[in-house]
Amino acid sequence: MTATAEKKTALDWSAYPDAHGHFGPYGGQFVSETLMEPLEELREAYDRYVKDPEFLAELDADLADYVGRPSPLYHAERMSQELGGAQIYLKREDLNHTGAHKVNNTIGQALLAKRMGKTRIIAETGAGQHGVASATVAARLGLECVVYMGAEDIQRQAPNVYRMRLLGATVVPVTSGSRTLKDALNEAMRDWVTNVDNTFYIIGTVAGPHPYPAMVRDFQSVIGREAREQCLKRTGRLPDALVACVGGGSNAIGLFHPFLSDEGVALYGVEAAGDGIETGRHSAPLCAGKPGVLHGNRTYLMEDADGQIIETHSISAGLDYPGVGPEHAWLKDTGRACYVSVTDDEAMAAFHHLTRTEGIIPALESSHAIAHVMKLAPTLDKDKIIIANLSGRGDKDINTVARLEGIEL
Amino acid sequence: MSRIARRFEALRAAGRKALIPYVTAGDPNPDNTVPLMHAMVSAGADIIELGVPFSDPMADGPVIQQACERALRHHVSLRQVIGMVKTFREKDAETPVVLMGYLNPVEIMGYEAFADAAASAGVDGLLTVDLPPEESHDLVQVLRAHDIDPIFLLAPTSHEARIKRICDAASGFVYYVSLKGVTGAATLDVDAVAEKLAAIRAHTDLPLGVGFGIRDADSAARVSRVADAVVVGSALVNRIAEHEHDPEAGRRAVSELLAEMRKAMDG
Repeated sequence: MTATAEKKTALDWSAYPDAHGHFGPYGGQFVSETLMEPLEELREAYDRYVKDPEFLAELDADLADYVGRPSPLYHAERMSQELGGAQIYLKREDLNHTGAHKVNNTIGQALLAKRMGKTRIIAETGAGQHGVASATVAARLGLECVVYMGAEDIQRQAPNVYRMRLLGATVVPVTSGSRTLKDALNEAMRDWVTNVDNTFYIIGTVAGPHPYPAMVRDFQSVIGREAREQCLKRTGRLPDALVACVGGGSNAIGLFHPFLSDEGVALYGVEAAGDGIETGRHSAPLCAGKPGVLHGNRTYLMEDADGQIIETHSISAGLDYPGVGPEHAWLKDTGRACYVSVTDDEAMAAFHHLTRTEGIIPALESSHAIAHVMKLAPTLDKDKIIIANLSGRGDKDINTVARLEGIEL
Repeated sequence: MSRIARRFEALRAAGRKALIPYVTAGDPNPDNTVPLMHAMVSAGADIIELGVPFSDPMADGPVIQQACERALRHHVSLRQVIGMVKTFREKDAETPVVLMGYLNPVEIMGYEAFADAAASAGVDGLLTVDLPPEESHDLVQVLRAHDIDPIFLLAPTSHEARIKRICDAASGFVYYVSLKGVTGAATLDVDAVAEKLAAIRAHTDLPLGVGFGIRDADSAARVSRVADAVVVGSALVNRIAEHEHDPEAGRRAVSELLAEMRKAMDG
């Protein structure tokens, strides 16, 4: 315990990742040789443009005029009152164009793709939010777009599949393995290694080989930068706790990262416990997995004793992934962030609670964060502040929710 | 001298090129693998690449993906694959065996435990597709301490500084991936391969193997004229798949193709 506490105060968070993409023992570049050179080109391009005033100005203008940033920080007063504890603020990423935080990252990567002279973008998607966000920016920039999606998820998220097709993207069903997000990622990697000359792979989360975890984090950190400023302006102080759901972990890192050095701000990442951690049917590698190597990085994984990746379960397709971004693994080991889990049932209850008390229908992914807020807020005094990341809106999920309640739409 | 080095030396003395078949261990069932290995040696294999099944074979095309799925239906583990090599060694002490797969099963078993078990079973090399030299320092040290050759890949995208660095770290042989793509991909351009091999030869005396895209006697023969070793995988695994329910017929079909390749390469 002491070692962890010491480490926690001694770490300079801006030093991560190191030059090879390591967050402590996590992260790195675990890919086949063919991709090493393209990754190096990407790293060089990213390092150059992230400091380029023209690139940053274009990105900021797009985030303002196309995405609609800054997203509001909303004081959920009725919900705070009902829970009887801390004041709850919601970072309204659900109000972004395309309805989720995903677009913050796809805009950034697509602008980079264009500057690197790539004419074709590919993406993997689970719930379809990242696929829609990729198809959207591809349409806007006139790039060809191919989205890989597990055959299982295509069934669960039919409206998003149609949205991607409307936007001109080709949606390729992935029928290998468990036919979900992890298999879509495998297939996107196979496409990339084959078409690497003209293709830019837009990874949707803070996982994958270096520089993806750092690059996606940087693009998503606009969430935390805004929230920090908005909270200070509104309340005159920093929040006491941040809460965000964690699948791959991009919305959580985006919110957390600008607060890492603010030691008084507690960080809670919420994983999907599915039917319950004890049932084994969940998607909570940080809470119940162990370290391993998958999809280009070392991180916590859901795997069996032989090192095979096992099937995951969550009511939320966007959290249904056996790995997690390597920076989260590091934040867990160092004790800087605390990772908890909530079940499908708890997430559903939170979905209804927020909808009825605040008139906001959250995505099932974000409902996991809300469910933890419902546990945490009553334990804190009324002058404490919690910011939860409302990472996406729930319109895409109403079919799933209705079906669970026996209603055919 | 390692079994791999001895084998290449003997081939060189005989003026022949190495034929290296790849099959996935446990495909279509665990009992088939050791008899298949012996059959491949009889048909002309010089070194055997034995695939360790993995749930997420990102660098493989559909043929080897499905081979992994068939093997994993029998829950074939890395330990079992090592056991197969041990059984193979009871009758064949000479043919080098290289395990090929992904890092995670090795990572979970533990580098030391893996190297210990693999060395005592008679494994000669390890090729982990998703472990570039940059990340391989710890594993390579352990492998070397157990006289197991770490086999590294080079690709069409590898530029000269990388080629040099990887050749310096490699032992056994160097495996050149002939095309941008996954295993079992369409066609390879022998002239482009030859050009790249010449660039690699400037940095190493190790034998150079070429894999990906070699599917028949003709492509094997053409590649053998420019490389020291020809690696063939998906074309063989396809034959195993075609005879999924009759593994003996599958072994015969694999042997036939290998024998044709052998003949074309030696002729």
